[in-house]
Amino acid sequence: MTSTRRDVFQAIADPTRRQIINLIAQQPLNLNAIADNFEVSRPAISQHIKILIECGLIDVKKNGRERYCEVRLEPLNEVAQWIEPYRRSIEERFTKMDDLLARMQKENGSNDKK
Amino acid sequence: MEKNQTTIAAVPGKQEIFITREFDAPRELVFKAYTDPELLLQWLGGQCDLTMRIEKFEARAGGSYRYIHTDPAGNEYGFHGVCHESTAPERIIQTFEFEGLPEAGHVAMETTKFEALPNNRTRVVTQSVFQSVADRDGMLQSGMEQGVLDSHARLEELLATVTA
Repeated sequence: MTSTRRDVFQAIADPTRRQIINLIAQQPLNLNAIADNFEVSRPAISQHIKILIECGLIDVKKNGRERYCEVRLEPLNEVAQWIEPYRRSIEERFTKMDDLLARMQKENGSNDKK
Repeated sequence: MEKNQTTIAAVPGKQEIFITREFDAPRELVFKAYTDPELLLQWLGGQCDLTMRIEKFEARAGGSYRYIHTDPAGNEYGFHGVCHESTAPERIIQTFEFEGLPEAGHVAMETTKFEALPNNRTRVVTQSVFQSVADRDGMLQSGMEQGVLDSHARLEELLATVTA
């Protein structure tokens, strides 16, 4: 397996990249401003940003001579949707358990004080 | 009353899933619902189009379990594992394997903790640790197949209504 995978899952697999997304989700920043928030080297941050761009999570906007990184959040919906059916099946289970527990408590009445 | 939220945490690139849920029932009761086969049958089935039967369920250290879900088409989905620890009413540790995978030996370890909350409520946290990220992601995606199954079942229901 090579590291050519470029999708939203690859983008958020790395904790530093997740932090970068959180950071620029609040406001667009240039590379220097982003790097200032991290202990790792500028080239390392630059590499992470390159990956985020390739994964479609960051757009670079030019404003005069400055290049700003802006977050694109739509691809993240893909992650939420991916887990959605799993969540639904788990939730169905727990809803049934809510009913079961309510029935059990009713049947036990007040003689089961735990 | 506010509906209890289910939190599913699956950090990308990791081998684990955390599922957190609160219940409006005391801890002893919730623990019982997790370990008494008769009670398990009433909720673990999940989707209403699946029927569930329990071949065995021994909630004690060294015990084992196996249960089978059957879909309307008669397909069977078996699950089994062994119980490492079952300490009422606080903790269950067991292995978990879905028999429908292309190859055997993909096993997860599940630790379920039951925490007593004020007002006779209980918080249940299950951590499932898989052998690889791929196994973990496969489990998360299995719901997708289930979602497809569900919609097939609904379609069949609909067709049955139309032809009736």
